[in-house]
Amino acid sequence: MDTLLANLTLGFSTALSFQNLGLCFVGCLVGTLVGVLPGVGPIATIAMLLPLTFNIDPTGALIMLAGIYYGAQYGGSTTAILLNVPGEATSVVSTIDGHQMARQGRAGIALGLAAIGSFIAGSIATLLIAALASPLTKLALLFGPAEYFSLMVLGLTFAMVLARGSVLKAASMIIVGVLLSTIGTDLETGEDRLTFGISALSDGIDFTVLAMGLFGFAEILRNLENPEARAILTTAIGRLLPSSEDMRKALPSILRGTGLGALLGILPGNGAVLGPFASYSLEKKIAKDPSRFGKGAPEGLAGPESANNAGAQTAFIPLLTLGIPPNAVMALMVGAMTIHGIIPGPQVMTRNPELFWGMIASMWIGNLMLLIINLPLVGMWVRLLQVPYRLMFPAILLFCCIGIYSVNNSPFDVVLTALFGLVGYALHKFGYEPAPLLLGFVLGRLLEEKMRQALVISRGSFATFVERPVSAGLLVVAAVVLVVAVLPAIRKGREKAFQE
Amino acid sequence: MRSLFVVAALLGVGTATAQTYPTRPITMIVPFTAGGPTDVIARIVGEHMSKTLGQQIIIENVIGAGGTVGSTRGAQAAPDGYVLTMGQMGTHGAAPAMYPKLKYDPTTDFAPVGMAAGTPILIVARKQFPPATLKDFIAFVKANTAKVNEAHAGAGSVSFTSCTLLNSQLGLKFTQVAYRGTGPALNDLVAGHVDFMCDQIVNLVEQVKSGNIKAYAIATPERSPALPNVPTTKEAGLPEYQVTAWNALFAPKGTPPAIVGKVNAALDKALDDANVRKRLLDLGAVIPAKNERTPAWLGTFVKAEVARWTPILKAAGAKGE
Repeated sequence: MDTLLANLTLGFSTALSFQNLGLCFVGCLVGTLVGVLPGVGPIATIAMLLPLTFNIDPTGALIMLAGIYYGAQYGGSTTAILLNVPGEATSVVSTIDGHQMARQGRAGIALGLAAIGSFIAGSIATLLIAALASPLTKLALLFGPAEYFSLMVLGLTFAMVLARGSVLKAASMIIVGVLLSTIGTDLETGEDRLTFGISALSDGIDFTVLAMGLFGFAEILRNLENPEARAILTTAIGRLLPSSEDMRKALPSILRGTGLGALLGILPGNGAVLGPFASYSLEKKIAKDPSRFGKGAPEGLAGPESANNAGAQTAFIPLLTLGIPPNAVMALMVGAMTIHGIIPGPQVMTRNPELFWGMIASMWIGNLMLLIINLPLVGMWVRLLQVPYRLMFPAILLFCCIGIYSVNNSPFDVVLTALFGLVGYALHKFGYEPAPLLLGFVLGRLLEEKMRQALVISRGSFATFVERPVSAGLLVVAAVVLVVAVLPAIRKGREKAFQE
Repeated sequence: MRSLFVVAALLGVGTATAQTYPTRPITMIVPFTAGGPTDVIARIVGEHMSKTLGQQIIIENVIGAGGTVGSTRGAQAAPDGYVLTMGQMGTHGAAPAMYPKLKYDPTTDFAPVGMAAGTPILIVARKQFPPATLKDFIAFVKANTAKVNEAHAGAGSVSFTSCTLLNSQLGLKFTQVAYRGTGPALNDLVAGHVDFMCDQIVNLVEQVKSGNIKAYAIATPERSPALPNVPTTKEAGLPEYQVTAWNALFAPKGTPPAIVGKVNAALDKALDDANVRKRLLDLGAVIPAKNERTPAWLGTFVKAEVARWTPILKAAGAKGE
């Protein structure tokens, strides 16, 4: 305990230096801005800003880059809530109830809840990293391919719970998502799959392309169709910030979301994506009246937002303690450290304590800064909704296109997004929801990869998934979730059929 | 249309422009993600080269299909010295065997500029893996071939290619577990889910130092200052296994020799700079000797690399298995 205090003191004295505070602020601000801009994600931004950090000392550079990363998580929710455009896999869930709240004139409350929830989650997660980073690393190592596959199966069952309407429609959307994720080069043989000879598809479809198309572009098409939806948005802005009553109600969801998100964030292979989906499923399941979900339930926003931010923080654990990046942004952080002559590994903690603890302390400071930056901005963002369509839509489209292009510097991606925009519009017309499709897409690639790895290691024996205790446990939970989620829907469906 | 551009560009780039080159920022295509070994090396030398050339060098990460998407763009760029490509062992050595539909020929579609730096390959294993030395390892894997799991970072990656060479020299075929990149593969190696892998020293050095994994040998003629306790393959009994994941700078074919010369001189100067050298050596990278830095040397080297990798990869049936 004493060492923890001493370490934190070292961390805060590093992070609170004038230069590092400034860098943390710049990082958070830039992160918030790129998060708000649809499509421009933290990966592209960090890659672009990497050369700027050459002349700063490594601790300061990493503090700034980390600020961009979690700043973007904050900013991403803003666009998801206001415009129904998720910039990242983790903010897909925020569109469900968050955007509904905005439509009902509660945009300010939604943004406030997201910001405060994220702050609480970020603070708890930072403490968790400081106190338990080393023991928690073992969790990451416990998850071999078999365990990971079972976790993905569990993740896919969340998508069933996520769905508002027909279970069958949700299931088919998940399958389409998984199928889309198989496009690209086969990992084992290097053979192209389902690319139709288009070389731009050889690395698969980018998540941003799919999400911007199905949500962003499709949303604009839908809005062009019925201008009256607009009226709801402009009539009442309502309270700007959540009341203490709102906060009191949301707090349990925030804490549950934080726990789930923090746990999943540690896992390798981007387990953090699952956090918001898991939290949403949990909140919906334990709610007294689950029918409110999808119609602007605050718990359906506060929980996942907290899970998102907690996961974003704990994703640093494998990087800081093992030197192994769990996702693409962290891989970029490894690059940033390497460029600065610090090769990440298990010894960073002892060899560069001021870097390790300085970064942890800066995470908390950064979260506080984000709250301070974001709360005053809420009013501005909400007013943004009053911008006339004829100005807002071309602007959103333009920023989306720039953002999508910046991901891979590929014009083909922009065309593909437009195509998915049309698909998204059609799906909406036929009553299919895009969220399960996106979840299927995000998890599909890992599902296949991990299943093949596990089967290669077990020499083709499927028993490996049930013989390993953690894997078996996850599969049992998945089965339970599935039964709980699907049974009432089937029963209801039957009742309906009988009534007719 | 493209040839028209090339002609126009060729006409535009006379001797006069070669003298004033560069007058605007230069793009350096890195065909891999930011933060990877090739990217880090490109950024370290590129930063210094900017100072010599008096123009900013902008790193553009054009990723995809094992680096061949970015290299294709680099091959097709105007030959005026404003678009350079940081190619490596995969894109300019193994790619012709890995990608039958490759849109460029590494030996003829580029004007070689110069070798930048290479990262040696290590043979590593999970820490509980029974064999203690490379000799033990060879004996063990020969006796237990069916049981051993080899990890690699995906078909076409440096890790995959260098493992394939090892397997072909040992005359063995292991069960290969494919991962998407070194990160996840290393995670499972540290956790003990897979037995061994081959990859670039920069990705492994800290894990070896901390004892999370063990290193059997380094595939270079000399030991690395980054890991002085790890024997070379020659010392450890497998002298024919020599692999360094090299990175080298290329211009599109037809670039005027005067421009290639200027860029080469800037690269050479960067590799002599004490600070650049230190940063590269810290990564465990090897810096080419003076005589290995000329465009002509690189041209010969690339031809030798393509000739070396093609039969090995084709024999391993890496494609369309």
